[in-house]
Amino acid sequence: MSLATDFKRGIWKENAVFKLLLGLCPVLAVTTSAENGLGMGLATAFVLVCSNAVVALFRHLIPAKVRIPCFILIIASFVTVVQLVMEAYAYELFQALGIFIPLIVCNCLILGRAEAFASKHPVSHAVADGLGMGAGFTLVLFILGGIRELFGAGEFLGFSVFGAGYQPVILMILPPGAFITLGLLLALMNKVEKR
Amino acid sequence: MDKALYISSSPHIHSGVTTNKIMRLVIYALLPAIAVAVVFFGLPALKVLLICTLGCVACEALCCKLMKQPLSINDGSAVLTGILLALNLPPSSPWWLALLGAAIAIVIGKMIFGGLGYNPFNPALVARVVLLISFPVQMTSWTAPAPLSMGFDAVSSATPLGEMKSAVMLTGQLPEMATSGFDRYFYGLMAGSLGEVSALVLLLGGLFLIFKRVISWHIPVSFIGSVVVMAGIFWLIDPTRYPSPLFHLLTGGLMLGVFFMATDMVTSPITAKGMLIFGCGCGLLTVLIRLFGGYPEGVSFAILLMNATTPLIDRYTKAEIYGGHNHETGGVQ
Repeated sequence: MSLATDFKRGIWKENAVFKLLLGLCPVLAVTTSAENGLGMGLATAFVLVCSNAVVALFRHLIPAKVRIPCFILIIASFVTVVQLVMEAYAYELFQALGIFIPLIVCNCLILGRAEAFASKHPVSHAVADGLGMGAGFTLVLFILGGIRELFGAGEFLGFSVFGAGYQPVILMILPPGAFITLGLLLALMNKVEKR
Repeated sequence: MDKALYISSSPHIHSGVTTNKIMRLVIYALLPAIAVAVVFFGLPALKVLLICTLGCVACEALCCKLMKQPLSINDGSAVLTGILLALNLPPSSPWWLALLGAAIAIVIGKMIFGGLGYNPFNPALVARVVLLISFPVQMTSWTAPAPLSMGFDAVSSATPLGEMKSAVMLTGQLPEMATSGFDRYFYGLMAGSLGEVSALVLLLGGLFLIFKRVISWHIPVSFIGSVVVMAGIFWLIDPTRYPSPLFHLLTGGLMLGVFFMATDMVTSPITAKGMLIFGCGCGLLTVLIRLFGGYPEGVSFAILLMNATTPLIDRYTKAEIYGGHNHETGGVQ
């Protein structure tokens, strides 16, 4: 398998959210705006790429019986890096994402890739896989956040789209809006796939 | 085909009750309430009714076409959903609110699950709650009813439940309107959604449905009964702070919910025992939300919450198969 195949797989064919329905907690919780979705997606993608690389690097050293704690330790280290960097350089985003930044540690997408891919492949392939999966995840969060922000606030990335007369559908930026939008998007994906 | 050669499995006798007939009877039962709404609120009420009904039918036709299903608008369920939705909206609703509600009711509340019979929640109530949460300003802009006075401008006014809640929150005491003069609530001289105003006509419509055997008595009786008991307990504890059960019965959407929403065949339990549990749950939640919740009215939330429990209730109140109980193994075959 080439590096390109490993990269492309995560974007569509095995997209973490649309196809595997992994990591739904941040997907549903923080996508109240396109910016939040993008921030969360990038933070997760960074952790995913780095943890994939390190897990692949140490894959022959980590004893099979304690591999999960080892993976978690590696992931948690990178989450801490992201958290501190965000707090220092993107404080508003840091506050908007809140508890969901530390919770990246238990995102099953990241642990899943470490277990299913990175621990069995060389570093270069693991990084390509992490980049692809991360890009696919970020894309979904951006789209979902964008749709919810568009209807829930009448804005996109903070710019007014529908003008001042628009009555925002508040439900869209509340949790039910996340479920309804994700459900409709999944239905659309299945429809596109079937064609 | 020659009838003598037509072979089919049982049942062989049909009661003649079709979806179409049931929907038509429910719509007849709602006619008095519709008439009262139009008389009290005038042309705006008629406008909301028309937009909701036509919107629901159009959305259903569109969904059937997109989903490549046989056109199901002739069964009358979309018309009924439209009317029920309109009765749940304030008379001053702008056109887009009514139309959006119709789309939500049919597309998200019903067709996405596969159409009539598959929806876990009452479509009209789904739309009402989505609109209530999304557009609190438009959904709580009430106008006082002005019978037969088409020419006047609307006078804005609070609903009895809203007035009661804000007074209790501000002063800790019930206002006077919540302790006396209940007869005007009974006839419908109060602000509210189209179908909230007159308890009298809704009661008549509900009794007509029970008489016609479209609905059974179990849900309405247990719903009203549990509201009376719950509200009565609080009223006896402190009559200056909690309104009497009669006030609860006559105001808000209770009568509409009891007879026309909670009894929806698709989203309520099948067995008599299940219906009683369902009705009691609705009543209990309604009073709790009205007295202690963030919203003044709790009927729609209560019914939706109990809709969610319907499959579970059905499962635990399943009728036993005749002769199926084995005493030695404790019911296990």
